[in-house]
Parts: sequence; structure tokens; C-alpha cells
Amino acid sequence: MSTTATSPQPGKSQPEKPEAGATRAATDAGPVMSFKPVTWKLPVTLLALGVVAFIFFGLLGPNQTAKFGISSSGDFFQLPAIEVPAFLGGIVLSVIMLGLAGYATYLKTKNQRPPRWLPIAFIVLFVAAFLIWVVGGARTPSISLAGLIAGSVTLAVPLVFGSLSGVLCERVGVVNIAIEGQLLGGAFTAAIVASVTHNPYVGLLAAAVAGALVSMVLAVFSIKYVVNQIIVGVVLNVLVSGLTGFLFSTVMQADKEMFNAPGRLPIIEIPVLSSIPVLGPILFKQSVVGYLMYAAVLLVWVGLFKTKWGLRVRAVGEHPQAADTMGIKVNATRFWNVTLGGAIAGIGGSFFTLVAIDSFTKEISGGRGFIALAALIFGRWNPIGAFFAALLFGFADNLQSIVTIIGTPVPSQFMAMLPYLVTVLAVAGLVGRSRPPAASGIPYVKG
Amino acid sequence: MTDNNEPRHAAEPVPDAAPGTGTTPDTAPEGEIQAPDAASVTALDTAGGAMRPSAVPVSAQSGTVPGGPDAVLRRIFTGSGMVSVLAVLLALILGGLLIASTDKAVGASAGYLFARPSDFFSAVWSAATRSYVALFQGSVYNPRGSGIGGQFAPLLETLTIATPLITAGLGVALAFRAGLFNIGAQGQIIMAGILASWVGFALHLPLGLHLLLVLLAGVAGGALWGGLVGLLKARTGAHEVIVTIMFNYIALYLVRYLLDTPAFQRPGETTPISPILDPSAVYPQILGSQYRLHLGFLLAIAATVFVWWLLNRSTVGFEFRAVGANPKAALTAGINVPRATILVMAIAGGLAGLSGVAQVAGTEKVLTDGVAATYGFDAITVALLGRSTPWGTFAAGVLFGAFRAGAVQMQIQTGTPIDIVLVVQSLIVLFIAAPPLVRAIFGLNPRKKKAARAGKSQQAATTGGAA
Repeated sequence: MSTTATSPQPGKSQPEKPEAGATRAATDAGPVMSFKPVTWKLPVTLLALGVVAFIFFGLLGPNQTAKFGISSSGDFFQLPAIEVPAFLGGIVLSVIMLGLAGYATYLKTKNQRPPRWLPIAFIVLFVAAFLIWVVGGARTPSISLAGLIAGSVTLAVPLVFGSLSGVLCERVGVVNIAIEGQLLGGAFTAAIVASVTHNPYVGLLAAAVAGALVSMVLAVFSIKYVVNQIIVGVVLNVLVSGLTGFLFSTVMQADKEMFNAPGRLPIIEIPVLSSIPVLGPILFKQSVVGYLMYAAVLLVWVGLFKTKWGLRVRAVGEHPQAADTMGIKVNATRFWNVTLGGAIAGIGGSFFTLVAIDSFTKEISGGRGFIALAALIFGRWNPIGAFFAALLFGFADNLQSIVTIIGTPVPSQFMAMLPYLVTVLAVAGLVGRSRPPAASGIPYVKG
Repeated sequence: MTDNNEPRHAAEPVPDAAPGTGTTPDTAPEGEIQAPDAASVTALDTAGGAMRPSAVPVSAQSGTVPGGPDAVLRRIFTGSGMVSVLAVLLALILGGLLIASTDKAVGASAGYLFARPSDFFSAVWSAATRSYVALFQGSVYNPRGSGIGGQFAPLLETLTIATPLITAGLGVALAFRAGLFNIGAQGQIIMAGILASWVGFALHLPLGLHLLLVLLAGVAGGALWGGLVGLLKARTGAHEVIVTIMFNYIALYLVRYLLDTPAFQRPGETTPISPILDPSAVYPQILGSQYRLHLGFLLAIAATVFVWWLLNRSTVGFEFRAVGANPKAALTAGINVPRATILVMAIAGGLAGLSGVAQVAGTEKVLTDGVAATYGFDAITVALLGRSTPWGTFAAGVLFGAFRAGAVQMQIQTGTPIDIVLVVQSLIVLFIAAPPLVRAIFGLNPRKKKAARAGKSQQAATTGGAA
């Protein structure tokens, strides 16, 4: 796909260059850069964002001092809070951003590709400047950074599971729009099974099974019946939403004690380690689902990029014909990968009913499956990337609620809008190039 | 997918041209094989290729049956229309079973199932039929109504609810035909609602002109939101599915923000709701004030005619279909693909915008953040059920309008939750998208011919039989 620079719509002429896809699949997950001329997209976007940051966060910045608490009272040792004069901080950070944008422009003039850390560093700076601006302009210009980050991780848990499901499906060549349905199915099943068995761990297991079942429908229809994968995904979301809504109204509402009181998974706190400031609560004070999240991210990453299985999976997703020639069973690989993805998303769904709150309500996943999809794209179809993208979206989500509490001039609706805007920018290729696996969305029929 | 040794049909020039009318004379399963091939050429753009698995194989099938005494009969029973009817039937049966499974009488009689099975089955039957009878009475004909007008009032309600479904469905269908997946009807309806309602309550203009401006503002809002997607797709190659999903949320949060501002919030209200639109800005009710049916329904009919004309009689529409069938071939033939992409998304957005106008100027008369309800998502299923043809979409819109209107009555009379409609709708679309499955369930798959085509028929049988 990256081989066709002249085509206005990348992805149109993939079958022409099978050898490029094959090499890529066999060697590296990252896109092959060398064929494409460097575009103006990145420098221009960075410059525009830098100017915006300079004007709003810098020149028009608030005059208060923003205070970020790092330690909470129960911590192992205490760190002093960071205090940043909002105006000065905004100016300094936006000048550095403009510098980065200038560097990207300079590289473009020499037709060199900007290093990969550049857009990432820019994003980090932009977020920091934004945070200082928001907090500095608030009525009470002080927030707990530790709490903010811990809350972000919590909110990101279902997103991470959902995007891992998407990674597993898309890497093997099946577009998974049904993440939302898998999350919702997992949440519902976890609630009902945990209530009936009085054991949240059984509920957790059942959630994985439910997610896998939803995924199997996707797999059967898209692989066996060659129905368009996006159609199946969209329809599955509606189906699961209808089914869970129906059963919620008829079964759960009739006897809440019996069917909708799953109880919660306990928070497991690892002594000593959990009182490290900032990192402690994130890494060592989680529910089983939270720990599973870290394990899943690592396992999927290692599995995809360091094992024979992963190589096969990626080969199927990039160039199924070649994989088939090598003796890989393309459709079987796809089927089981999609099923596995569903199971992972199902576990993520159990977060809603077993960790966040201890009951099911209609549409409890509230569109997070789609944010997970966005995280997957923003993370460039890579488990680690998707993890950090999900964290970023969790951060935006959490910030939205905190912003309304501390009272800032930024309307909370715009904060809520942010992940979606960022994703649009990402898929439009403005924040670096996002390239899906070559065969994603294309059914494979032998012959 | 078993062995099929056909050579790959990599790039048919214009595969959209009437499949099954002699162009594919050999076998039925071939249609199902070809579709993914075309899709692999268009890579990301699977929608164009994607519509074909559902549209092609059946008609190809009916063309394949050799002349014989039962040829006509077989054609009727395996034709695409029949599959649609059977899919609806199957979805209704499954929905009925779901209703019955949560019914108390059924549960009670299941306790002594083996002692007296007849009780159990009659309970299942009555639970399912009671709900569906209520659904019918709430959507088409209510025998308890007063006079002819009262008895057919549900039908008019059905048409009222169908109005936004039809126009938004047309938008989705039109984009499908150009190979684009427009998941964004929801956002387009919201944007149209924002602009149309603002013109409706903030400006005070003479009768006629005001409504016209409301209509134009709404269509422009939808067209802008859709056209932007087309622009991003054409200029940067961003996948329209992702962009439209994200645009839905952006529009939703935008309307929530606006309803929080003095410009949109009703004075003296704390809830996010706009002022009521001026009387001069709303659609007249075409059958008198006792029915909600409004001018929007006539506009929906007009829109259907327009889309039919656009697709089948205009140059632009031909370009759309060519791009949808094969963008590379279209490009080679001198069609400006980026322009067609932007234009088709703008028109699709404008059509969805009509739904937004129908909501704020027709049924609701105010703007809330629920202005689009779920019409935007239902529109996708409507377009799929209608097989992306204008009149098919119209019929599907009326059918789903009937489900929605009837479901309200059903919930009141029998306590069956409205959500059952979602289940039935999605099952219908799933089944329609996989004709081999439906035919296998009803035993309508073509017999395995022992002749030369044995291998290929085998393929149809195995894919279907795995239900």
C-alpha cells in the first residue's frame, strides 16, 4: 500500500505488488517507508498545532499557577507537588513545539523523513501544555496528577481489551467493527452468570465465552459466507444491543437479586509496591481484570511479533495467497484469531459489570467499542501502540469529568469530543501514517 | 470454501451490469466466488465488492437453472425476492422464540413439558403470536379504532416513522452504490437538525419562505457533514467507515454543547432543549391535524424518485456506480474518482439531512440531543435490506417504520420490550446477506447435479449446509 505514492487513495493497487507485501509480512510489522516521497502533511499539521498552542496556551494563557499533586497521603514516600506558572509554561512548551515543527519542516526541505519520536514528543508536549492551560484557567487551579493518571488507566481498561481484540482480528485480515457488541455481550454475560453462580470469577470466564461467541458469528458470516465484514460487524452490534436490552428488560428486571447482582471483583493490592507514588496504584493496585490487561497486552505483542504463530497470523493478514502457498490454513487461522479476539474483548466487557459498577444496564458499554477501534487505528495496529492510544483516550475521558469538577472555561463536551477529533486527524494521515494490514477487510477464497 | 478451480476474475470492467442476465451463464457458486475477487482488487473499498455477495449470487443462480418442468418454480423459490421474504420470516420466527422463551406461561408449562407437551407448545405459540398481533395492530390496522380513519391511524403512524428512515436509508444506499460505507447518517441527521432548527426558531420569516429555508439549511448541514467525509477520503485516503463513526460522535457532542449555550437553549429551561420552532417553519400535516403524518413523507417519496433518477438516468449516477464497481477501471475510463467520492458523500449527507429536517420540522418540532434517535444506524439496515436500490430502500424503510411504530403498541399491550425490534431487524439483515444460509435452512439449495458441475454445486452445498 505504501508502494503507490501517486494513487490518491492508497490501498487500491495492493495486488499489483505482491512481493512488497510478502517481504513486509515476513520481515517487519512497521510500514516500509522508503518508497514514498516525504509529504508536507506532518510539518504543516505540526506548525498549525504549534501556532494554535502558542496563541491559546501561551499568549492567551491564564495568569495563575497550575498545581499538580503527585503523591497521595498513603504513599511510600512523599514527593512535592509540581507548580507551574501557567502563562510562562504555555509559552515555553509551545515554543518547543514550534521548534519541533520547524525541525520537521527543515527535514522535509531536505526530503528526509522525520524521526518516529518527533510526532510522539509533540503530542506529549501538546497534552502537557493543554493540561497546564486547563488547570491554570480553573477556579481551583490544582489537581492530583496521580489521581488523574490512575483514573485514566481505570477508564482505559475496556478500551485496551477492545483494541487488542481489534488488533488480533485486523492483523489476520478481518475488520472487527463488532468490538462494541463483544464488550456489551461480555458485560451482560458477566453480570448474569456472576449473579447466578455468586462468583465473579465464573462471570469473568463466562464473559470471555460470550465475547468469543459474538466473534464466532462474525467469523462464520464473514469467512464462511463471505458477507462483507463491515456489514456483519455493524449488524452484530445492533443484534447484541437488542438481545441484551431485551433480556435485561424481561429477565434481569424481573428479579434483580437473582440475575443482576454480580458483586465485584476485589481490588488486589500488592503490599509495599502499591505505595510507590504515581506508578504504584496503576501497576500494583488493580482488579484481576486490570492485571489481565497488562498480561494481555504483553502476550499479544510477544505472540504477534516474536513467535512463529504471530508470523503466520501477520502473513495471513498481509498476503493470504502467499500464506496459503506456504501451507498456512488461511481461513482456519482467521477463524480462531477472530474467536480469540472476541474472548479478549469479552473479558474487557466484564470490567463494566464486575469492576466499575456491580450491575448491568442497557448500553452499558456506551460506544466504547468504537473508541477502542479508534485506539487501534491510532496505535497503528500494534498492541503496545493501541495500549498507549487507549490510555490517551482514557485520559481525555477522565480529564473531562475532572475539568467539570474544578471548573474551567473549556466546555466538557469539547473534552469528550477530543478522542474522536484526534482519531480523524490520525486516519487522515496528519499525525503520521496509519497503515492497516494489507488484506484487512478482504475475504479470502481459495482458487 | 472448498476447492474451486475457476480462474480468478481479477478485474471485471463493469461488473455492476445486470448480473445473471446471460453474463454469467455457468454456475451459481461462481457469483459468490467472484465477489471477493473484485473486492481484493479494490482493497479497502470493499463496500462496492461487498454489496455483490448479497446481490449477485441469487440472481446468478436463477439464471443457471437448466430449462425443465420445475425451472420456473425453482426460480421463484430460489430467487432473491424469495430469499428476502424467507429471511424476514426466519427472523420473525427466531424473534418469536425469544419472546416465548422469556414468557411466564411458557416457563410454567415447561415445568411439566413431558407430562403435557401440548400446553407448552400452545403457550409458546400464544406468547409469540400475541406480541406479533399487537405489533401488527400498532403498525397497520387496528380493528378497535373508530371509523376507517381510526382503524388505519397506525398505518399513518408507520409512514410518519418511516419518513426519516427512508431518506437516511437512501443516503446510505447511494453511498453503498459508489462503494462507500456511510455509517455517518447519525451525525449527518444531527448536523441537519442543528442548522434546520436554528433557522426554524431564531429567524422569523413569512410563511413558505421560512420552511424552504429550514429545509435548505438542514440539507446543507447534512451535505456538509457528509461531504467533509468524502473530502477526507478523496484527499487523504482516510477510511470512510472510521471517519463517519468519529463524525457521529463529534456531531453528538457538538449538539450537546450547543444546547448548553444561550443561542440554542430554551429560555428559562435548565434541560438541554431548544425553543419550539415557529409555526411557519414546520411541515404541514398532510392528512389533518389528528395524524402526525407530515409533508416530509411526500418529500421522502420525491427523494426516492430523485435517487432512482440519479442512479439510473444521469451521468453523475453512472459515474457513482462505476466508481463503486471498480475505482481503478473508473479512473482509467476518465472518471474523476475524487470528485465523485466527494459528491456522492455530499448528496448522501443531504439525503440524511432530509431526515434531520423531518425530525425537527416534522415530528419533534424542537431540537434535543436525541434528535437522530437511532435513525442513522437503522438507516444502514434499511439500505442493506433494500439491497441499495431506491425503491427497495423505500419498502425497507416502511417495513422498519412499521416495526418501530408497532413495537410501541406491543410494549404497551403485551409488555414485550421494544428491543425485540432490534433483534428482528439485525437478524433479517444477517440472513439476507447470506442467501446460502437461508436456502439451506429451508432446504432450497440446488440439488447436487451429478453432471459436470458437481464440484461447484458441492461448494454451494457445503457452505450452506454448515448452518
